[in-house]
Amino acid sequence: MKKLKKLQEYREEIEQCVKCGACRAHCPVFGAEKHEGRVARGKVALAGALLDGEIDLEKKLLEDMSQCLLCGSCYAQCPNKVPTEEIVAAVRREIAAKKGLSTFGKGLTSVLKNPSLMNTLAKTGGVLSSLLFKKLPADSGLRLRFPAPFISGDRTLPPIAAKPFREQHPEVIEGQPGRPTVAFFTGCGINYMYPAIGEALLRALKFIGVTVIIPAEQGCCGLPAVSAGSGDVVEALAARNLKALTARPVDFVVTACASCNAGLGKIYADLEGEYADLAERTKDIFVFLVEQGLPERLAVLPASAEKVRVTYHDPCHLRTRGITREPRAILKALPQVEYVEMEAAGSCCGLGGTYSVYHYETSKKIGAKKAGHISASGADTVATDCPGCIMQLQDSLNHAGEDVRVCHILDLLMDVLPEEAPA
Amino acid sequence: MLDARIIKVLQGIVGKQYVSTEKADLICYSYDATQRQFLPDVVVHPGNTEEVSLIMKMANAERVPVFPRGAGSGFTGGSLPTEGGIVLAMTRLDRILQIDEDNLVATVEPGVVTEQFQKAVEKVGLFYPPDPASLKFSTLGGNVAECAGGPRCVKYGVTKDFILGLEVVTPTGDIIRTGGATMKGVVGYDLTKLMCGSEGTLAIITKIIIKLLPLPEAKKTMLVLFDSIDGAAQAVSDIIRGKIIPTTLEFMDGATIDCVRQATDLELPEQAQAVLIIEVDGDADVISKQAARIAEIVQPLGVVETRIAETAEESEALWQVRRSVSASLRKVNPDKFNEDICVPRSKVPEMIRKVEAISQKHQVSIVNFGHAGDGNIHVNVMIDSKIPGQQKRADAAIEDIFKGALELGGTMSGEHGVGVMKAPYVRMELSGGAIAYMKTIKRALDPNNILNTGKIFLEDQAAGLS
Repeated sequence: MKKLKKLQEYREEIEQCVKCGACRAHCPVFGAEKHEGRVARGKVALAGALLDGEIDLEKKLLEDMSQCLLCGSCYAQCPNKVPTEEIVAAVRREIAAKKGLSTFGKGLTSVLKNPSLMNTLAKTGGVLSSLLFKKLPADSGLRLRFPAPFISGDRTLPPIAAKPFREQHPEVIEGQPGRPTVAFFTGCGINYMYPAIGEALLRALKFIGVTVIIPAEQGCCGLPAVSAGSGDVVEALAARNLKALTARPVDFVVTACASCNAGLGKIYADLEGEYADLAERTKDIFVFLVEQGLPERLAVLPASAEKVRVTYHDPCHLRTRGITREPRAILKALPQVEYVEMEAAGSCCGLGGTYSVYHYETSKKIGAKKAGHISASGADTVATDCPGCIMQLQDSLNHAGEDVRVCHILDLLMDVLPEEAPA
Repeated sequence: MLDARIIKVLQGIVGKQYVSTEKADLICYSYDATQRQFLPDVVVHPGNTEEVSLIMKMANAERVPVFPRGAGSGFTGGSLPTEGGIVLAMTRLDRILQIDEDNLVATVEPGVVTEQFQKAVEKVGLFYPPDPASLKFSTLGGNVAECAGGPRCVKYGVTKDFILGLEVVTPTGDIIRTGGATMKGVVGYDLTKLMCGSEGTLAIITKIIIKLLPLPEAKKTMLVLFDSIDGAAQAVSDIIRGKIIPTTLEFMDGATIDCVRQATDLELPEQAQAVLIIEVDGDADVISKQAARIAEIVQPLGVVETRIAETAEESEALWQVRRSVSASLRKVNPDKFNEDICVPRSKVPEMIRKVEAISQKHQVSIVNFGHAGDGNIHVNVMIDSKIPGQQKRADAAIEDIFKGALELGGTMSGEHGVGVMKAPYVRMELSGGAIAYMKTIKRALDPNNILNTGKIFLEDQAAGLS
C-alpha cells in the first residue's frame, strides 16, 4: 500500500493555482459564507503559506481548513485542475499529526478514548440514540459523521435499523448462470440506517440475474476518516475492505452510496497496487445497471396510470467524477416516473461527511438553497444516489416546510420491480 | 502594523466580526489573479455605504491606505494592497436592489456577481451584455472599476456603455451620486464615465445604476477554420468592412488550436491554422441571413471548414473550444503573461504579423487569441520563468508588443487595466501632459493619496506612510 500523500508532496499542485478565482463560482461553502478563507483559492494559498513556514497551525487556519465539504466541485471546474480537496485532506492529516485528532476527528478517536464523553453520548439520547453507538462498530464512518454531542436539537435524522442490513442476508445470493458476479459494498449508511435501499439493490440485481456477494467482513470505506485527517484509520479500513471484497472472485464491486463510491474509487486508487485494481472494478450501481441493459428491460414493465414527478439530485461524489447520465437514464426509464430536471441539480446538498456536524449553520444555508431548487422544480419526489444526501435533503426540506418525498433511485425501482426475477 | 486604536475604530464602525488582523485572513486577501502578493494590515468587510464613508474619513485623517476589492480576479493587480493598510472587501454589498422593467434599468450593489445579475435580468426578458471571461465570479463593482469587456462587446460595447449612474464614496469620505436613472443627462461633468475604468483610485463604488436591453430572440454560433492566420485576421476586418457587426468575433491562432485539440471533443483538422468563432444574435430570420452573409465574406480567405451550430448544445460545443483555451495554454509553458492589446480593427492582420516577428526576434512562444472583432487581441507570452534568461526575454517581447500596438494607433490594454502590472509602460502610451492632467485629478480628489495607492502611476507613493 502506498501511503496517503503528505502536504509537502502537494507543493507542485499548490503552485499550479494561478489565483484566478474561478472556484468562487462553484464552492458551496463560499456561496454561503462569502469569505476568501472558505474557498479553494484561499485554502490553497494557506496550504502554500503553511509549507513555506509563513503561517503556523493557528486557530483561524484550522477553522478555514475545517470549512471544506471535500465535495470536489472546485476541482471539477478548476482550469488548472488543482486538487484542493486532496490538499485540504493532507492539511487536516498534518493538523491531526501535530495537534491530535481533536480538531476534526472528535467523533472517532476522542469519543472512543474518553469514557466520560461516551457517557455523555449515552445520556443525550433522543436525537441520535445512544443505541446507535452500541450498534455501530468502533470504526464506522457514522461515528465520525454524527458524534452525538455535536448534533443540534433541530436536526432530523433517520432511525437506526433494528438489525443491520448485512446481518439480514447471507453472504452469497446466487443469480442466473452465465451472469456476472458482483460484491455489494453496502457502506455504513445503508447497513445501519437505510437497509431498505440495500433490499432494493438486491431486487434490481436479482431482476437481471446477477450473483451478489455481500462480504460480512467489509467495513467503512474510509472517506469520513479522510475528511477527519485520520490517515492511519483510512489505511487500516482500506486493508480490511480489500481483504473482504477480494475473498471471493467477483467481476465488479457495486456501491449505492456516492461517498463510498468515491472512497473506493478515488481514495483506494491513490493507495495504488491491488487497491487501485479494486478501485478500477468499483462501479456505481446505476452505471452497472445501465451497462447491463436495465433501462431497455424496464420498458417491458406495464405502464403506470399514475405518474410521480421526480427530479434528481447529483451527489458531488458522483458528479465531480463524471457520473451524471446513468442515474438519470434509470429514472427516465421507470414506468411510474415523469422526470423533471431541477435548476442546479449538481449543487451540493451541504452534508459533506463530517462537515455538517461541525458547521451545521453553514450546512443548513447550503441545504436551504438546494431545497429552494427542489421546490421550484415542481417535483413530488427528489431521488438521489447517496444515503448521506438523502439525510441532508430530508433535513433541508423539513426546515423549509416542503412536502417532497426524498428517496434513493433504488427505492423507486423497488416500487415497480417484481419480487421474482423473470425467467 | 496599524495602531491598535485604528483597529478599534474600524471595529466600532463595522462590528468586530467584520474586522480581521488574523494572519490567515491577511494571506487570503493579499493576492489576485496576477499571483502577486502584498499582505494588508487589516481586512474589513463593510456592510453599507455609510460604513464605507466613515472608514474613508478615518483613513484619510489617519493617512492609512485603503484598497477596495471585489472578487480579486483582476489581471493587472488593481485590488492588490501594495502598501499594506486596509483591504476593503465589498462582498457583503451583494444585493440586486431593483430591476425596473418599465425603464429597462437596474440598481445593484457592487458585490453582485456579474453572471448572477445577468441571470436575474434574463429571467424577465432583459439583457446585460458585458461578459468578461470571469463573469461567473467577478463582481459588477470590479467590472465597473476596471471597465471590463468580453466577447459580446464587439456588438454591444463595454461595461462603461451600460453604466448610467453611480453612488460612490470619495477618498475623503463624502458620499456622492453621479449620473442617474435617465437615458440622457448632461448636467455637469460626466463623473460616471470618469469612474468607469478608474481602477478604484478615485472613489469606492457603493451602488451602480445599469442600463439594460431587451433579450435578443435568438443567436447563431459558427466556427470557421482557416488555413492561415492571415486569412483569419483578414476575415475579421472584411466582416467589419462588410458592415456586419457580429455579437462576438473570437479569434484563435494555430498555437492555440494545438493547445485545445486534446481538451475538446470537436475535431480540429491539422491544416487549420486559425479559428474564428462568430456569433450573431437578434430576430431568428435576420440572424440566418447574417450568418450566410458572413460565410460568403470569409469564403475566399482560405476557409478549411465552416460549421454552423443548429442547436443550443452544438453552440455550446463550439464555445467549449474557446473556453478550454486558458487552461490548456500551460502545455506550451508554465508561466503566462497575458497582454490585452487593442488595435483598430483593420489593423488586426498587421498586428498578428508583428507579434509573429516579435516571437521570433526574442525566441519566446507567443500564443494569440481573443476578441478580434473589436481589435482586442490577447497576446500570451508563454515562458518557464525558472529557466534563466526567459523572464528577461519575455519582458523585452512584451515591451515590443506594446510598441507595436501603439504604432498601429492601438492601446496597450483593451480591458484589463493598468494596475501595477502595466504601470511601468504607461508613459509609452500617454503623453506627459495627459499624465499630468490625470494626476491633477487624482491629487485633487485624494489629497493624501490613500485610495488604491501605487496603481496606474508608478512614481506615486503613499504620502504619510513610514
